[in-house]
Amino acid sequence: MSETIATRAAYGETMAALAKDYPDVVVLDADLSGSTMSKKFADVCPERFFNIGIAEANMAGIAAGLATCGKHPFLHSFAMFATGRAWEQVRNSIAYPRLNVKVIGSHGGLSVGEDGATHQCLEDYAIMRAIPGMLVVSPCDGPSMRLATKALLNYEGPAYMRLGRLAVESVTDEIPGYRFELGRGFQLREGGDVTVIATGMMVQEAVKASDTLKAQGVSVRVIDMATIKPLDEEIVLKAARETGAIVTSEEATVLGGLGSAVCECVAASCPVPVVRHGVQDQFGRSGAAKQVLAAYGLTADGIINSVHKVLAMKR
Amino acid sequence: MTHPELALTAAKARLLGLDMVYRAASGHPGGSFSAMDLLTALYQNVMRIDPKNPQDPGRDRFVLSKGHCTPALYPTLALRGYFPLKDLQQFRSIHGQMSGHAEMHNIKGVDMSTGSLGQGISAAVGMALAGKMDGRSYRVYTMLGDGEIEEGQVWEAAMSAAKFKLDNLCAIVDINGLQIDGRTADVMPSEPLDQKWAAFGWHVILCDGHDYDAIEDAYTQAQSACGKPSVILAHTVKGKGVSYMEHSAGWHGKAPNAQQYHQGREELTGQIAQLARQAGRDPQAELAPVLAVLCDDKEGN
Repeated sequence: MSETIATRAAYGETMAALAKDYPDVVVLDADLSGSTMSKKFADVCPERFFNIGIAEANMAGIAAGLATCGKHPFLHSFAMFATGRAWEQVRNSIAYPRLNVKVIGSHGGLSVGEDGATHQCLEDYAIMRAIPGMLVVSPCDGPSMRLATKALLNYEGPAYMRLGRLAVESVTDEIPGYRFELGRGFQLREGGDVTVIATGMMVQEAVKASDTLKAQGVSVRVIDMATIKPLDEEIVLKAARETGAIVTSEEATVLGGLGSAVCECVAASCPVPVVRHGVQDQFGRSGAAKQVLAAYGLTADGIINSVHKVLAMKR
Repeated sequence: MTHPELALTAAKARLLGLDMVYRAASGHPGGSFSAMDLLTALYQNVMRIDPKNPQDPGRDRFVLSKGHCTPALYPTLALRGYFPLKDLQQFRSIHGQMSGHAEMHNIKGVDMSTGSLGQGISAAVGMALAGKMDGRSYRVYTMLGDGEIEEGQVWEAAMSAAKFKLDNLCAIVDINGLQIDGRTADVMPSEPLDQKWAAFGWHVILCDGHDYDAIEDAYTQAQSACGKPSVILAHTVKGKGVSYMEHSAGWHGKAPNAQQYHQGREELTGQIAQLARQAGRDPQAELAPVLAVLCDDKEGN
């Protein structure tokens, strides 16, 4: 049995472990350091940690100013506030001047659970993706999050990364030859009938769905799309050509995020039917995380339904 | 520079700014002209900068938080030697890189891209914080409008600058009393500003933003503040220097027509000649390089 860990925990421990190797890195939080796990960095490097208080807009601007002076700021809040509350600051003060700031949004998606709709950010992929030059990263499990964190420490430029609240099973560590590269998807399951392209914690559900469908005689390719922007068009188009049908799956609105990115790509170069699995233009709601996910169909079963839909559309 | 020389330089900057806005048929003359004396004194006499080495890590920094006032900032930078006066002709043009709001990568001497109000001061806080972390002695200046400080982010930034004891940070509020929709006191009353900034933990300095003795005193006082950031609350006249623009909210973001342009140009040319004589300089020699880059009648709108 592989490791079960929240991606935010894997992120926090990696930042702390690598703090000394990256002396320019500065960590900012807006009064959520225990939840975003930026506190792990603060514990080992208090002189490079700044709590800005509940003021995400100011935090984004301070990060921008620090970056103009050669610092490498990582700013933290819940995904809702890091990308939503401070969207225009991220756009105008960070991305437009191409400053080397990492925006880290924890507690993305419905799996926030009990806190409900105001804290369940479903739009972060869409609104960060809309900003020119912004990298959008969404690793699915602890091992890939550790690699993604290191990759972002080495990446020069503005980027957004979503962290998850829930502990999740690892799926990438059992894949021989798995490697993480910004801007690259990675195939976790081979298959010829249909491809599921998933991101974040829907990757685990996609793997389960693939294994279930295999027993039913449907061969499902699974791609972990840990970077939503820039999209790995090569792996998407290969899947379109070789399997002829695609399901995208994300713990986010289906408007503007991974599903949209994949549709844009295949529509331009290799049109095949695509079904976008995710939240269908709705707000979230309170409930235990697993129950909320189930209520919105963000499960392996939901992916299986989407696979049947897309197979019916496949000529 | 002596104070008459500063006044002369600011008058030249206003004429260049007027020409930029006329040529581009758009831009923000009102708040640029209210800020011009404060900016000229800052760039000519206060900041430790080298136009030949604009990226020097040890330099003083300036963030134009009221980022639309590029008809003040760009001529100030040009007159300080960052780039030729002729470059100002590209202001807001598709053919050049002189963007409407301040932009840091293409325009030498601009330390931060700004334009969306309330954001520049936060960046200035970040720069000052970096200076403290690195033990550097540089100072960070940022200029805000009195309309701009209606943005909540300004007060988030004010709180954080006090928390981090950023005595290397100096904010200047250009209080011209007017914003796009009218009097600041009517659109959104913000007084008493001195008490508000003091309550946020800042060292407050009041001055007349067109009196060079007062401006010099204010910058000196700001440099000696210890353990807390300083704010200069500078009372100014919107549109200062061009008679029909003064005290008028209508000139916040409007370009003059040809007749207005020539009237303003005549007024400012007269001021330059007079100020040159006061500064003991030859009026024609002072005017010539400026007039050389202004539009002729076939250009502009």
